[in-house]
Amino acid sequence: MPTEASAQLKAFSYLCPMIKFEKFTLNNGLRVLVHEDKSTPMAVVNVLYDVGARDEHPEKTGFAHLFEHLMFGGSKNIPVYDEPLQVAGGENNAYTTNDLTNYYCQLPAENIETAFWLESDRMLSLAFSKKSLEVQRKVVSEEFKEHYINKPYGDVWHKLRALVYTTHPYKWMTIGASLKHIEDAELQDVKDFFFKHYTPSNAILVVAGNVETANIKLLAEKWFGSIPAGEKYNRNLPEEPKQTAPRFAEVKANVPLDALYKAWHIYPRTDPRYYIADLITDIMSGGGSSRLFQSLVKEKKLFSSIDCYHLGSTDAGIITIDGKLVKGVDIREADKAVEAEIIKLKRDGISAAELEKVKNKTESAMAFEDMSVMNRAQSIAMYELLGDADLINSELSKYQSVTAEQILEEARIIFDENNCSTMYYLSDNSQQN
Amino acid sequence: MIDRKIAPPIKDAIDYTLELKPYELYSLDNNIPVYTIHAGAQEVIQLEFVFFAGNCYEQQKGIAAATNFLLKNGTTKHNAFELNESFEYYGAYCNRSCYNETAVISLHTLTRHIEKLLPVIQEMLTDATFPEDELDTYKQNSKQRLKVNLQKAEFVAGRLIDSYVYGEQHPYGTYTIPENLDNLTVENIRNFYRKYYLNGQCIIFAAGNIPANLKQLLNAMFGKLAVSKPTNSLPNNKTSPAKERIYRVENDPAAVQGAIRLATPFPNRHHPDFKKVVVLNNVFGGFFGSRLMSNIREDKGYTYGIHSYIQNHIQQTGWFISTEAGKDVSEAAIREIYKEMQRLRDEKITDDELLLVRNYMIGGILGELNGPFQIMAKWKNIILNNLDANYFYDSVNEIKTVTADELQALANKYLQPEKFYELVVY
Repeated sequence: MPTEASAQLKAFSYLCPMIKFEKFTLNNGLRVLVHEDKSTPMAVVNVLYDVGARDEHPEKTGFAHLFEHLMFGGSKNIPVYDEPLQVAGGENNAYTTNDLTNYYCQLPAENIETAFWLESDRMLSLAFSKKSLEVQRKVVSEEFKEHYINKPYGDVWHKLRALVYTTHPYKWMTIGASLKHIEDAELQDVKDFFFKHYTPSNAILVVAGNVETANIKLLAEKWFGSIPAGEKYNRNLPEEPKQTAPRFAEVKANVPLDALYKAWHIYPRTDPRYYIADLITDIMSGGGSSRLFQSLVKEKKLFSSIDCYHLGSTDAGIITIDGKLVKGVDIREADKAVEAEIIKLKRDGISAAELEKVKNKTESAMAFEDMSVMNRAQSIAMYELLGDADLINSELSKYQSVTAEQILEEARIIFDENNCSTMYYLSDNSQQN
Repeated sequence: MIDRKIAPPIKDAIDYTLELKPYELYSLDNNIPVYTIHAGAQEVIQLEFVFFAGNCYEQQKGIAAATNFLLKNGTTKHNAFELNESFEYYGAYCNRSCYNETAVISLHTLTRHIEKLLPVIQEMLTDATFPEDELDTYKQNSKQRLKVNLQKAEFVAGRLIDSYVYGEQHPYGTYTIPENLDNLTVENIRNFYRKYYLNGQCIIFAAGNIPANLKQLLNAMFGKLAVSKPTNSLPNNKTSPAKERIYRVENDPAAVQGAIRLATPFPNRHHPDFKKVVVLNNVFGGFFGSRLMSNIREDKGYTYGIHSYIQNHIQQTGWFISTEAGKDVSEAAIREIYKEMQRLRDEKITDDELLLVRNYMIGGILGELNGPFQIMAKWKNIILNNLDANYFYDSVNEIKTVTADELQALANKYLQPEKFYELVVY
């Protein structure tokens, strides 16, 4: 239906102003993208390194994230990162995922050179301080305990990843497969990791906010231009083989409620079918009128909460359904009821109104996301990492072009029983009612 | 060659003039005030209906939150599914939140859908039915969520420390137990709804890309309702702070961390010390470069994070310190917290550190004024706390001018260990 599609595209271009940016590459391979927005007094400097937990050695997991902490422990010419930035009225943070490591700061636009100075020095070389490593090993161990040990259901993803992935490094969590890997990290590991992954050609610099592109070009050349190119890291990860039979695991833990987890392999982020899979998760859950919530929480009263989502990972990811059971419900019965919803989707597909609903949701979510210049800067970096920052402006039309037929077809492929891993996470404290 | 050891020159953030974009204010026919901020490039809008229907008005524990939550779970014309569908079809979000004084219904949507969504909100605010079956599901799911939360040391610690500071009978110190949920009835909820929503007090805040006809739309939908303009008189709840000062609680024998909370009662935003103490709090534990963070995380590695903050309460409040630390280093972490209090009492903050904190805070505010929702959040805070219209500028001025002597005096006045409750939940 070309007319309908073009009408939607027109509406889109009217509602979501193009996100404009300019791109250039320095001689050492550093990609720089500038997005001007004169409505804010601030500037954002975002440095994305193309390295995540998937690039780790299986015996040294959690390292990409530990390394992120060490990036704040002083660089070659600057003893500490945070203080000079704070003096300049800025603040910053960073995060690591299985795919990437991202550093961002925001400061008054007139002080932007401070961010160039700080970011370029730690790209040039870290100080490799022993004390910083010792302290951050402890800090990350406490982070590990706080989020993954000392919390009910904290180890779910540790176990689920290990069930779903046999080969690909997505089989461990970003925080690491065990505390021991973090405690054992040595200074030589830190140096090796830095020179392997923290090179200009492995990084993307995005500058956004109240800035002039011409000035950013000068600053980028001045501060980053002289950093040696280093050796290009070529990623060569083992591919996850196609799953050919259902997998099952049962866990008993000190939690108050039984929980059900089901996961199915989907497509890499750049695959055109990614958008279809993404919309499928929105049809299944995400609001009071979504399928799983209405059927399993409200009508059948089997779950007290249930969600369907994917993590947006770069390599082939998974769709997960994750629900906590109403006390007293047999988990096999709950599992069957989830299966029944999946069978219904695979048999009947979705209505035109349902499709329109999830597309509207996508459009709305993007508009709210684009309100902040920080989010825009991070999106630009993310899309550049995927291959082309321009993808940011064609994303919505890709969602708009998904059809109900495609959803039906992909639901049948993704929700194949041989593509499914199921985990029963059961409460072992039987004394509670 | 550039000399990388030399920092580029900066403009001190305190040399910036900050401006909080003024709101527009009008009243609907029934005198309900509407505050609007028209700003931003995206075609989106945020509408908040703030009712004085929070916890502190309840006669029965849990009723304010239940009433607020169930507003979207049925009217005489539509059931919960249909109400949700009417928002979600347009990609809009209608959320409910219940606080101590206020209870809020908020709408986030692309501006072009607003006319289709306001009638649904009107239905919720005039015709909610609170079906028995919906209440049963709410009770069951809330109890289950509570059960999971009670296994988290940080959740348990948060409840306990509040009850020490304000007393278990005070709305800020009270907490829900499963029996409170069991005792909720449809009839009591309908009565609460009648009193605090149908005939309650309301303020409307609108921010984002405001359509030209918003006033007419709001007036047509909400201008005839029996709700009235807030009177600014809040129920007078008396605190009854705990007598004991020090607590150790075991929640999980297998715990590997302790949830540490320290807290002392503190006056509200109208107190003359408040704005200066906000600066002192930043030095102490308010940001990544604070004393607590530098010492207990960045030097000792006892924790992933440690923060101090003044709770966001209207009537009276408390000054809190919060961290999760390894079980074996929890007591050491507490000793270090007291040491940092002592340093602030005994030694004057240096000019360099004070300038850093001033610049950091001003830079932060500059960043927060970026976008209509954040601007409105600042105004909402001023309006709901019944503060002077100049409060924002006075606070900024205080950040720029407060002296090290004043901060030291305030540290001596407030940061005294014997004034702090001290709790570790393992």
